[in-house]
Amino acid sequence: MRRVRVPVYPAPRVPGGKVSILEISNLSLSFGGVKALQDVSFRVPENTVTTIIGPNGAGKTSLFNCISGFYKPQQGTISYEGQVLSSGIKPPRRAALGLARTFQNIALFRGMTVLDNIKLGAHVHMKSGLLSALAYFGPARREEMSVRKDVEQRIIDFLEIDHIRRQPVASLSYGLQKRVELARALAMQPKVLMLDEPVAGMNREEKEDMARFILDIREEWGITVLMVEHDMGMVMDISDHIAVLNFGQVITEGLPSDVQKNPEVIRAYLGNSDIDSLRRKLNPEEEAA
Amino acid sequence: MRIGDAKQSYEADEAIWTSHTQKLWFGLFLLILLLFPFMADSYLLYLGCLVGIAVISTTGLNILTGFTGLISLGQAGFMGVGAYTVAWLSLNTGLPFPVTLVLAGLMAAAVGILVGLPSLRVKGLYLAIATLAASVFLHFIFAEWESVTGGMGGLSLEPAHLFGWSFQSDFMMYFIIVPLAVLMVFAARNVFRTRIGRAFIAIRDRDISAEILGIDLLHYKLMSFALSSFYAGVAGGLFAYFFRVVTPESFPLSMSIFYLAAVIVGGMGNLLGGILGAAFMTLVPEALKLITAALTPFYPDAPVFMSPMLEIIFGALIVGFLIFEPHGLAEIWHRIRRFFRLWPFRN
Repeated sequence: MRRVRVPVYPAPRVPGGKVSILEISNLSLSFGGVKALQDVSFRVPENTVTTIIGPNGAGKTSLFNCISGFYKPQQGTISYEGQVLSSGIKPPRRAALGLARTFQNIALFRGMTVLDNIKLGAHVHMKSGLLSALAYFGPARREEMSVRKDVEQRIIDFLEIDHIRRQPVASLSYGLQKRVELARALAMQPKVLMLDEPVAGMNREEKEDMARFILDIREEWGITVLMVEHDMGMVMDISDHIAVLNFGQVITEGLPSDVQKNPEVIRAYLGNSDIDSLRRKLNPEEEAA
Repeated sequence: MRIGDAKQSYEADEAIWTSHTQKLWFGLFLLILLLFPFMADSYLLYLGCLVGIAVISTTGLNILTGFTGLISLGQAGFMGVGAYTVAWLSLNTGLPFPVTLVLAGLMAAAVGILVGLPSLRVKGLYLAIATLAASVFLHFIFAEWESVTGGMGGLSLEPAHLFGWSFQSDFMMYFIIVPLAVLMVFAARNVFRTRIGRAFIAIRDRDISAEILGIDLLHYKLMSFALSSFYAGVAGGLFAYFFRVVTPESFPLSMSIFYLAAVIVGGMGNLLGGILGAAFMTLVPEALKLITAALTPFYPDAPVFMSPMLEIIFGALIVGFLIFEPHGLAEIWHRIRRFFRLWPFRN
């Protein structure tokens, strides 16, 4: 199952030309009077790293929950691979279709080892029933062994977590827990991998590792990454496409360099002030040039 | 100290027994179980059978409460369903015991699925109350559906039989109950080596993210209920064959609490804990009675003082375990194993 590493040259950095694997149109979600999302539209081009940024409470995680099927938006549609995901398609089915995710506050299963947590990700692609599980004979055993092999060779090796596979997840450091969560999402064999703040609370080295993994996942495995992240350095470095959310609305979307310069974005992040001076602060190189 | 734990295949790595030492000890344990009825007197044999039945039922409840995180107070009710199924079948059909026991398990599983239906919406104590209501309801059916259950008088049944053999004595019953208990504990162990067991634990630890990771909550919660009540049904069926009389009062609410206590004292979410808990809950009251009897020659008043004290001492022991060993008896066992694995080093 291991893929040979093929050198990938920078893809044309214009996501506009690519097919979108996920398309959000006019999505609105409210809880009582609180409008979490208002008329949100943007697209996730296939095989890109697409990032949603925005201040706290802008609705980024709510958007993820809508895509996962955990929240039911009042209006709008989510199309995945050209098909509209109606609200009747429940979260487990969406997982089976190839929408995998990690969570903002790590959601590992504390009663299981690292290995079992990762294997759990493969759940939707496994078939063995209760009777063969009770006997652990025949199909159930073979299936478990092939999942174990796949998880070991494809994921544990790739994410460099072989030294902790036997440990209970509760004993791991924050950075490693995030990595195990990524491993679990990869075991779901996703087409779209949604990462909710993958480097929050990490130190510099851990962030660099995570950024490398995310890029490799896109380049080597061909998985589209949809990410929510606050670390602007990393977002600008690894994203192909960025959508900016503020107060439940998409302000702009586009290439990192365009988004960076957008006055609306600067205003959303830094408040309404003298735009030009703020822009100079954000892009010191530009001033020097 | 144990060293040299290298494995050549994933299969070897995921085996239940990963070393020869473990296999040896387990073989020894099975040998003791086999020889026990030839050495034991009738009282010990009776206790052995009771522990066997309790192990099966506790393992079932452990799957539901310990591993899936669904608190149930319906275990005695499910055992009752199994017991009445066996009693009715043996009175009306004359089927051999392997068939009646499986049917008892399936009947209890069907009732368990019905009782489990609210579990998608209610959790924790609310689910405990919902299952409590179910067990009261089942008790009502046992008492009132006279044409099938014999009403308050209950049913008496013939001994279990197979190929013309009749399992009348405790000695014979031991050879049904204990092998079945071993088999069923192993089956449960197997479930937790597969995706189904992982799904149960995931539901216990974080049900919302389990759903987003692709686990159909209702399906697996009901499966857990079905599996757990299957174990209860088989235990109830053995109970019926063992005592050969089934009445509505055979399965009081306190019995459900007894099994819940066994799971908690033994260690939630630990199969070994369920076994130890079942043995503890069955044997300690008996041990306290023996102590009372032993004291009588020295203090002729001992029974007068002790008999009301027994329940209190038993309760205090449980509380003590919960305070000093919140992870249950299984944790004590693990600590002993760790000690010997590292010996002669410490920690």
